Amino acid sequence: MSGEIGLRVNGVKHKVEAEPDRMLLGVLRDELGLTGSKYGCGEGQCGACTVVLDGRAVRSCRLSVADCADKPMTTIEGLAHDGKLHPLQQAFLDVGALQCGYCTAGMIMNAYALLAKRQAPSRQQVIQAMEGNICRCGTYQRILQAIDQAAKSLQGGAV
Amino acid sequence: MSRLLNKSQSAVRGKVDLQEIDSLILEPERYELREEPRYRFEVDRREFLKTLGGGIVVCLVAGVARAQRPGRRGTGGGRGGRRGSSSQEVGAWLHLNESGEVTACTGKVEIGQNIRTSLTQAVAEELRLPPERIRMIMADTDLVPYDFGTAGSRTTPAMAPQLRRAAATVRELLLDLAAKELAIDRGSLTVVDGKIVHSPTNRSLTFGELSKKGQLTKTISSDAALTPAADWKTAGTSVAKVDGAAIVTGRHEYASDVRRPGMLFGKVLRPESLHAKLVSVDLEKAKLLPGVTVVHDGDFVGVAAPTVPTAGQAIAAITANWKTETSVSDSRLFEDLKKADDDEGGGGGGFGGRSNYSRGKITEGMKAADRKLHVTYTIAYIAHVPLEPRAAVAEWSDGKLTVWTGTQMPFRVRSELARAFGIAEEKVRVIVPDMGSGYGGKHTGETAVEAARLAKAAGKPVKLNWTREEEFTWGYFRPAGVIEVAAGVRKDGTLTAWEFHNYNSGGSAIRPLYEIPHQRIAFHPVNGPLRPGSYRGLAATANHFARESHMDDLAHAAGVDPLAMRLKNLKDPRLRAVLEAAAKKFGWGPHNKPTPERGFGLACGSEKGSYVSTCAEVSIDSRTGKVRVVRAVTAFECGAIINPEHLTNQCEGAVMMGLGGALFEAIRFDDDKIRNPKLAQYRVPRFNDLPVLETVLLDRKDLPSAGAGETPIVAIGPAVGNAIFQATGKRLTSMPMVPRGLKV
Repeated sequence: MSGEIGLRVNGVKHKVEAEPDRMLLGVLRDELGLTGSKYGCGEGQCGACTVVLDGRAVRSCRLSVADCADKPMTTIEGLAHDGKLHPLQQAFLDVGALQCGYCTAGMIMNAYALLAKRQAPSRQQVIQAMEGNICRCGTYQRILQAIDQAAKSLQGGAV
Repeated sequence: MSRLLNKSQSAVRGKVDLQEIDSLILEPERYELREEPRYRFEVDRREFLKTLGGGIVVCLVAGVARAQRPGRRGTGGGRGGRRGSSSQEVGAWLHLNESGEVTACTGKVEIGQNIRTSLTQAVAEELRLPPERIRMIMADTDLVPYDFGTAGSRTTPAMAPQLRRAAATVRELLLDLAAKELAIDRGSLTVVDGKIVHSPTNRSLTFGELSKKGQLTKTISSDAALTPAADWKTAGTSVAKVDGAAIVTGRHEYASDVRRPGMLFGKVLRPESLHAKLVSVDLEKAKLLPGVTVVHDGDFVGVAAPTVPTAGQAIAAITANWKTETSVSDSRLFEDLKKADDDEGGGGGGFGGRSNYSRGKITEGMKAADRKLHVTYTIAYIAHVPLEPRAAVAEWSDGKLTVWTGTQMPFRVRSELARAFGIAEEKVRVIVPDMGSGYGGKHTGETAVEAARLAKAAGKPVKLNWTREEEFTWGYFRPAGVIEVAAGVRKDGTLTAWEFHNYNSGGSAIRPLYEIPHQRIAFHPVNGPLRPGSYRGLAATANHFARESHMDDLAHAAGVDPLAMRLKNLKDPRLRAVLEAAAKKFGWGPHNKPTPERGFGLACGSEKGSYVSTCAEVSIDSRTGKVRVVRAVTAFECGAIINPEHLTNQCEGAVMMGLGGALFEAIRFDDDKIRNPKLAQYRVPRFNDLPVLETVLLDRKDLPSAGAGETPIVAIGPAVGNAIFQATGKRLTSMPMVPRGLKV
């Protein structure tokens, strides 16, 4: 039975009509028009749908919308401010850490949650944290480089 | 316009260079699911001109386009053969408006290979403009000239020169106009940053000003001089990805992101197994759901609903009975593929197809050999797994159909739609937003047709996103194959005989570039159990795996170093160059001492006009059998480099993707079902699989640029296999090589 659920996405409060067991990804994309988060598998295996909920990277394709009610949530659309890219977004561009770009939002959101927790993660820590995200174009080496650049940029207080 | 076109068409017949470009357009490859459109209507340029307004338009006639038809002449090997059907085509067009903005139009599709950037660079180069002044309209069938599709690594060698010619023609036209306007000798004018400048008098005219003087439309078979690669200022540099900012902010709309007013969501009832046919269906319960449209048309059953969950409920409410007369299984896949060749009258010969080749006499070559080696290699079916599954949004309006979809072949999909609905192609518009990749896996238009059928019934736009499971099951696959190689070598490492038979996998890159006096090469096409199709590199990966593994074995049999063995039998200077460059960067040599847990291997090859060599270092955990590629160095040469950074990115990505097929990717099927249609069941390379990747690019400014999206994938598999062999003495002859680790 569908009902009204409150969502807090990128600092904006929304009321959506949805079945409580509906997955968050579909609500973000189809009800709120936030299509930056992508469907890749619906199994929580590829990470393309990653958003940050309460500071944690979550797979929005496997998370019911009821479980997200009233919790602060950040999606890829919420990272840039006043036309200024987040250091992770800038680093992905600088390093050229994408090809088709379909995985990029999920990669950036997962890395965003990681860097919020650890300022200077080791290469192995980054790999462990990112293992659930697939880039079928195979730009993994560049993504590691971009995360490293963004970590340094965030530490240096740039932006 | 059409009069101009006819005139230029007769003028173009003498243009050998452009004809040569086109004669190369279509690679012979059986597994392109090729069907020619029944009709091809004159491209309607009115829409394009209406959109862009006044100014200067240059249309380039691309010579005689030879469209490929599904040839079925002769023996089985004849399939995929070329038949000439000629039609004059406009290959590219370019518009300069009165504000000096340039719009270039092409039917090519951006799938992550970064051609939106490289084509922009090509146009910018000839117009002496910064790339940000160029807008590229791609893959919108109402706005761009016909194009066969984005495949075969043809964009860079075939489309870029056409856009460059069109741009060079605009540049020359502007010089003419400026000379007239300023009443100055044309030779004293220069083109600088959107202006035609006369330095001695400090006078200049902007492109925009000139385009107002020049209101014209010109169709050309251009012979305007192109800027040589050695003089490139914009091409040849690492221009950043065009529209990259839209991607990292989530703003870019992929086909699966397109939203239309009043749009519904579709879902299709899939058969219970691959070859199941619908016997009966009960739709009544589904029809009772509010807002749901149910369609049953022939074998097609689908629904359109206000939300995705409702569409799912509607499909679940349908009961259907199926009948399966053909059931496929992989339990005897490789035996079956070889047997099918006998059954289909291939007779083990298969000669007569384009991929087949013979010289000298194998028996004589074998007599001259000190060592002989006969090995059978196998290659599993694999899936493309583009991260964006097939998607389409279809909308009917006033009898015209518009479909946004992710396909590498927008005009082919337009034909599929026109045929499916019995309407003229001009009533169909296919728009392909830059997409979540394809790797050769999105040449067809199933999703577009399904979405359009649902939209027609619902009377509203319908979006259909395939699930990952649908993508795994109802797309097509890189074909499995069996490859038999028998070869002879002298003690000093000289090859004497080479016999190579590929069953089912394909004919790409089947011929060796090694100098071998006695050869017999054959591709034996058979009807395999799964739907076969294109894939990055096609069968070049399988053929290189078998060839380069076999070379390694022969080197070992002759007691010769694998690098020395290859160089000894190789004259081709381009292949030698990449082989030597990779070996040098890698530090190939006897100091790399193998242990049972560490090995070093190399491989090289060529396909689609480019050359690659990869050296790999592999570690093996002898306790667990886990194989890790530690380091991979790839040298690549594809003529003049247009964008070094993006080329390096392609090489790294191809090697990474190639690791999956080499080590663990395989589609499993039995009882007429795909057994691993989920990402949890079908393993693709992840961060943990990443080796240290190093790339050496050889820039040949003296050679035309070849495509680069495919070929760098072919050498990593055999390089890894050869490294495993060096460490363990175990020759792995099946791809994937270690789906469950190495059993030492």
